[in-house]
Amino acid sequence: MLVKEALDKYGKTPDKLIGAMLAYQKSTLCNYLTEEDIKEFAKETKIPESRIYSIASFYSLLSMKERGKYIVMVCYDVPCYINGSVNVVNELEKILEIKMGQTTTDKLFTIEYSSCLGCCDKAPALQIGATLYGNLTPEKISSILSTYRGKKDE
Amino acid sequence: MNMLNIKINNKEIKVAKGTSILNAAKEVGINIPNLCYHPDQEVKANCRVCVVEVHGAKTLQASCATEVKEGMVIRTNTQKVRQARKVVIELLLANHDMDCTSCKKNNQCGLQEIAANIGVRESRFENVLEKQEIDTSSPAIERDPNKCIRCGRCIQMCTEVQGLAILDYVGRGGLVDIKPAFGMYLNNTACVACGQCSVVCPVAAITEKEDIEQVWEAINNPNKTVIVQTAPAVRVSLGEEFGMEPGKIVTGKLVASLRALGFDKIFDTDFTADLTIIEEGHELLKRLNEGGTLPMLTSCSPGWINFIEQYYPNLLPHLSSCKSPQQMFGALVKGYYAEKIGKSPEDIFSVSIMPCTAKKFEAKREEMSIDGKNFDVDVVLTTRELAKMLRQAGVDFNMIEEEKYDAPFGLSSGAGVIFGATGGVMEAALRTVYEVVTGKTLENLDFKAVRGLEGIKEAKIDLDGTIVKVAIVHSLSKAKKIMELIKEGKADYSFIEIMCCPGGCIGGGGQPFGGTDELRIKRINAIYEADKELPIRKSHENPAVNKLYKEFLIEPLGEKSHHLLHTKYVDRKK
Ligand code: SF4
Ligand code: SF4
Ligand code: SF4
Ligand code: FES
Ligand code: FES
Repeated sequence: MLVKEALDKYGKTPDKLIGAMLAYQKSTLCNYLTEEDIKEFAKETKIPESRIYSIASFYSLLSMKERGKYIVMVCYDVPCYINGSVNVVNELEKILEIKMGQTTTDKLFTIEYSSCLGCCDKAPALQIGATLYGNLTPEKISSILSTYRGKKDE
Repeated sequence: MNMLNIKINNKEIKVAKGTSILNAAKEVGINIPNLCYHPDQEVKANCRVCVVEVHGAKTLQASCATEVKEGMVIRTNTQKVRQARKVVIELLLANHDMDCTSCKKNNQCGLQEIAANIGVRESRFENVLEKQEIDTSSPAIERDPNKCIRCGRCIQMCTEVQGLAILDYVGRGGLVDIKPAFGMYLNNTACVACGQCSVVCPVAAITEKEDIEQVWEAINNPNKTVIVQTAPAVRVSLGEEFGMEPGKIVTGKLVASLRALGFDKIFDTDFTADLTIIEEGHELLKRLNEGGTLPMLTSCSPGWINFIEQYYPNLLPHLSSCKSPQQMFGALVKGYYAEKIGKSPEDIFSVSIMPCTAKKFEAKREEMSIDGKNFDVDVVLTTRELAKMLRQAGVDFNMIEEEKYDAPFGLSSGAGVIFGATGGVMEAALRTVYEVVTGKTLENLDFKAVRGLEGIKEAKIDLDGTIVKVAIVHSLSKAKKIMELIKEGKADYSFIEIMCCPGGCIGGGGQPFGGTDELRIKRINAIYEADKELPIRKSHENPAVNKLYKEFLIEPLGEKSHHLLHTKYVDRKK
């Protein structure tokens, strides 16, 4: 997808911008926006470059750093924290052999913190793509990851 | 007007509907501390230092963002309020490079002042500042993120008034920063170096680049003749730095204090402002007569030059080829005056005192050197820097007796003085062009239609049957509008004055901090007063200018003028 295509689909007004940016980001190989992309958005929408950059830096769903195909978002808000989100992070770091915020060498996974995912009743929780996983245990985590490992390109 | 009854600290008053608590309190003589609030900007309400107690409200209210209501009972001074303000300031300081004694804003800082006033005595919170690099890439302004309190004033100035949006918030929550896109160095952005952000920054996070030491060195070097020129707008603002009323005219004290600092010759940029009028006026007439590119645009504001070169390079043919008065002065000092006093250009150190940060950038343009070795203007100091030098030297500005400029470049007309205010260049040009074209004497010298703070002004003048339509623009968001009109072929003007800064040079980015419209109007009024007081009010009647043409330049737009007083502007689209 091109920046222009995303904007044509969603609209070029400021209120449509975030949708367009997310759709475009999803279509990129490494799940992030490059400097060129941001400049392109600015040019096409006539919204200042600094503003687009500001928006990209504000939302955790948007990234300006190369990321993996799957973003593992670990909830770090209070209910999940109390229920052991630290252990979730440790387990993820151990299995994937990366640190929080990093991407695996095969470019499949990136681990990131997230604020409340809205399923505190199943804390601790994480989200990959549109799927939520709650009541996490170490066993659960490794099986979740392996389902993604096995996935063929959609 | 709809008036409301309210009570502030047990005092009953009536205030107009729509007034904020902050401004209502002012009316009863209470100053509520504030940092992000700025009278000419949208309310941001992010610093929270202005909190007050409102009867019936569960939490403390930000007084800048809360409008008064009928019957409201407000307390600005309770224990709870005082505690809250202290915590706010302590939290700001916990993420701040708290080195007041070596800070550029020491004694002129909004944060420091509030901390002192509310009696902060300890910092209960651990300092968590992660030091970031200071951006010194621009020859005009410096950005020190370690001092920033994230109030957003600079963003609004750059975005709303200048229409450029070089700076914005980056990141979120406690980790937010204010910077250009991609964290770029300012010099790599399309920043025009106007310095307007520095005028509204309450702390030392954006300031002018300080060049004071170089000037001290030159003054102390016995082999250098140090010559200084002073821009029109400095004489109506420098007094503010020493506690005088805004709008006080301090020309004589300015001259005396420069002499006290040890400058060898003290000249007036107004002289080359007069010269600009002669050159630019003739250029306009030539374009009118020979079918040149119209509308012609003025070229004396370097922030504006940066703007057109970077944003509208296709319209460069509209720009007058005149250098700014500062650069004309520099070229004359090194290319004419040096020889006249038996010196070589290398022996001369030329300094200018400007209301402007973009002039620092302009002086360092490579073409601004007549011998290709030394810059025509070696150092540009802002009004604020001059005030610092005077403090360093212990000059008592309030006490010092007035003195006069040196000959021959100290003589100027009222037309030169009004260059400092928006509309001034136009008015000065009209005074001269009218008389040159019609051969008649202008009866009323005051072109009131071109004065004042309105964004885009228009006027017409009858030059013996030819009606010339002119426009005046100040601030770059307005300049952008005019540029679009020209692009679409819809600007039926012959001549347009464009100033980068709101209010013209009196509102320049190097002027004393604050930068409100109230202040600008006072300075503008002072400029026209200074004009009225002068015996000569038209550039072409300045005898020193006429003598210079007779002895040296020969004629306007002549060969010497071409070499010294005119230049070429270039496409620098980013
Ligand atoms: S910005 Fe203000 S408070 Fe901060 S160090 Fe400088 S003077 Fe002190
Ligand atoms: S100097 Fe002018 S253009 Fe540059 S960031 Fe400041 S306000 Fe914007
Ligand atoms: S740089 Fe100054 S004006 Fe801008 S946000 Fe920081 S403190 Fe406020
Ligand atoms: S706190 Fe984790 S899902 Fe709400
Ligand atoms: S001045 Fe009111 S919140 Fe900053």
